[in-house]
Amino acid sequence: MSILYFLIGCSVLLALIFLGAFFWAQHDGQHDDMYTPSVRILLDDKPIENTEK
Amino acid sequence: MSVITLDTTTCYHCGNDCVDEHFAIDDKDFCCHGCKEVYSILSKSGLNNYYCYNDHPGANRTKTDSKLDYLLVPSIVKELVEYTDDDVTIVTFYIPHIHCSSCIWLLEQMNRLNPAIYYSRVDFLRKQVNIRFNNKEINLKGVVELLDLIGYEPLISLQDIVKNQVFSKKDDLVRKIAVAGFCFGNVMLLSFPEYLGFSAHDASFKYFFGWLNLLFTIPVTFYSGWGYMRSAYTNLRNKVLNIDFPLALGIAVLFIRSWIEIITNTGAGFVDTLCGLIFFLLIGKFVQRKTYYHLSFERDYRSFFPVAVQVLDEDGEKHVPLADLQVGRRIRVRHQEIIPADAILLKGDARVDFSFVTGESVPVNKTLGEVIYAGGRQMGGAIELEVVKPVSQSYLTRLWNNEAFSRNQDDRIETFNQKVSKYFTVVLLVVAIGSFLYWMPSDMHRAIASLTAVLIIACPCALALSTPFTMSAALGIFDRNFFYLKNAAVVEQIAAIDTIVFDKTGTISIAGGSNVELVGELTAEEKDAVSAVCANSSHPLSQLVCQYLGAAHEDTYVDAYNEVTGNGITAQVNGKSIKLGSGKFVLDARDVMAGNNGSLVHILIDGRYRGYFTITHQYRQGVYDMRKLKSDYELYLLSGDHNHERTNLASVFGDEGAMHFEKSPQDKLDFISNLQKQGGKVMMLGDGLNDAGALKQSDAGIAVTDNVNNFSPGSDAILDGRSLAKLPAFLKFSKDALHVIYASFIISLLYNLIGLSFAVTGKLSPVIAAILMPLSTVTIISFTSLATHLAAKKRKLL
Repeated sequence: MSILYFLIGCSVLLALIFLGAFFWAQHDGQHDDMYTPSVRILLDDKPIENTEK
Repeated sequence: MSVITLDTTTCYHCGNDCVDEHFAIDDKDFCCHGCKEVYSILSKSGLNNYYCYNDHPGANRTKTDSKLDYLLVPSIVKELVEYTDDDVTIVTFYIPHIHCSSCIWLLEQMNRLNPAIYYSRVDFLRKQVNIRFNNKEINLKGVVELLDLIGYEPLISLQDIVKNQVFSKKDDLVRKIAVAGFCFGNVMLLSFPEYLGFSAHDASFKYFFGWLNLLFTIPVTFYSGWGYMRSAYTNLRNKVLNIDFPLALGIAVLFIRSWIEIITNTGAGFVDTLCGLIFFLLIGKFVQRKTYYHLSFERDYRSFFPVAVQVLDEDGEKHVPLADLQVGRRIRVRHQEIIPADAILLKGDARVDFSFVTGESVPVNKTLGEVIYAGGRQMGGAIELEVVKPVSQSYLTRLWNNEAFSRNQDDRIETFNQKVSKYFTVVLLVVAIGSFLYWMPSDMHRAIASLTAVLIIACPCALALSTPFTMSAALGIFDRNFFYLKNAAVVEQIAAIDTIVFDKTGTISIAGGSNVELVGELTAEEKDAVSAVCANSSHPLSQLVCQYLGAAHEDTYVDAYNEVTGNGITAQVNGKSIKLGSGKFVLDARDVMAGNNGSLVHILIDGRYRGYFTITHQYRQGVYDMRKLKSDYELYLLSGDHNHERTNLASVFGDEGAMHFEKSPQDKLDFISNLQKQGGKVMMLGDGLNDAGALKQSDAGIAVTDNVNNFSPGSDAILDGRSLAKLPAFLKFSKDALHVIYASFIISLLYNLIGLSFAVTGKLSPVIAAILMPLSTVTIISFTSLATHLAAKKRKLL
């Protein structure tokens, strides 16, 4: 059962990494604009053909 | 009125009808040169995709007369940019036209129009674009010109909206929730074995889990929950008992008792309860905070005023920041620009639209030498003025020096929560000390146990959550009905009011929406004559008639002119004698046809009655339903306008005493504060800058606007004009929301009573605490959101 000590250590460490990742995302401003990316991903880029027309 | 025919073409760029002339290239039609220009720039750069995502995404380009030279003045540039070094500058602009996916796409392709722009990123909801550019190859003015060229003119005003937002965003509630959630999850995991019981040979784990749990209490208490401690401390120092005090007490007791129990190995502690408590409390704080990115509630005159003015001196023109504008300077104001300070008209043809200041929507002609008050918008050619008062001391802006603007807005009404928590705290302390004293003589250990247990179990978590969750549900419902509240406390402010004051123009009537109709026949010559007479009068009805008839023919001369204030005009035009005005004045008799739906202007030419004009103001839908409010509220009308609509509105507002006309912005503010002195709780509905003072002074100031993205003055709430008819329902619903809070308060008290019956005996097991706390929280959250939705259904708001 001593393996539990190790596993719990791992799980807490993992959770800490996720928390750190969240902090980083927050600091980086990834949650500032929650709407525009949802539109942006739908915009296709195919401008070159249009220029020729 | 334009007649729509089948061969009407719409502009490929902006979607307007191509009325008089149209421009065409590549088989596409454009309504004006400006639109065509934008199209050709975009197609040259291969950005035609702009037109693929949406039909007619562009802004109409007929009016392009902006002078951007002020963007070369270093002191102004410094104010606007966020960051600059030797070669890179970063700036964020607010662009009102951003409205569709094409806008996002095009603005993010700016690099292809000019490679000196490295990067541009749109924030759609805030209508902002963040631009990073090489300042050696293009300057700020160049960037704005480029934006302007493609139809996205940024709005640059004195009170920089962009920076304000960045500034107010600084708070780390989300991070605190993340930490609390992280600890709560881990602690629940580690506490679970405790609930099931450890077998004898797992006892070492019990120690290990306990100590790990204790580690988690440190960030939860000292980072996430620290705000409650600090708030309780400052409130105590100010001799105020609010809900934070029992919360902080509960947190402290949970923390200390857990540490003692685990260190001395006498129990499992209440770490799970502690983490859960703080986590749920912070969630409550979070939902209460609603942000409308597209709205701003804090605007004052500075958001309406330009950044710089054109000053004329011996060396020619130069741009001066508004703050540096001095008395005695000569300034030039162009078409559509706002006059920034009280000034004397020196040169030019001034037609000034004072709708910001007075609510009167018809532009006023000014003669040379006259003083023009700040806040008016010049319509027509450029004019030159001499400044007579500094910007901050002008007629309009002086309003902001009133104490109403420096007052702290948050504590105008004592919320239910604040009232109750005082008593709650006192009762809680009495019960805690009582149970301590009861057990003390027989069992000191049990006495301490019961004291701490009472403080833990009675910790008003559910109580603290009932207000935020109800309010956030209510805000959501208002939001769906286009009624945007600044924050949750406004719901209670609205529920508490007993007096409602309406502004007229723009609030209950649609600004500029007047209908003129001629009943009777006039020859073209007579129309010219009437128009020429009306052009001489500054009375709004005359102005409307004049607009309706069009400008008079050049050889129409007004020989004699006499205006009787409040009655009408007599004049001689080209030998004809003309009499215009009210029935009493024109017909020398009683008002035969009293206008029940607007104002009448009768016409008498050469002694013969020729008919009349009917002028109806367009009121917003539901204005006449406001009379239903009269049974519960006192209604007043407060208008900067003249009183032609008095009879028409009497059916809503009743007797004469309730309607007040020709009020200046300061009068409006004073009127509100007088009502308040008489004990009224006043709600003000207004629209323009002229109402800004009254909105601020009132207990609940509501700005009514046709387009929520347009500027509206600082207020507690913004109401879309379409929803004005729902005002009675909103008022009722705000009261319902309060009732939901009362009910959820009773529910949370019941939970507290159950918990207390365990606690006073001193035998509170951690499991019971750990079950009761989340259970009560979940009950409150589901009850409040369900009850609020039911109430909204009842009021037909959903």
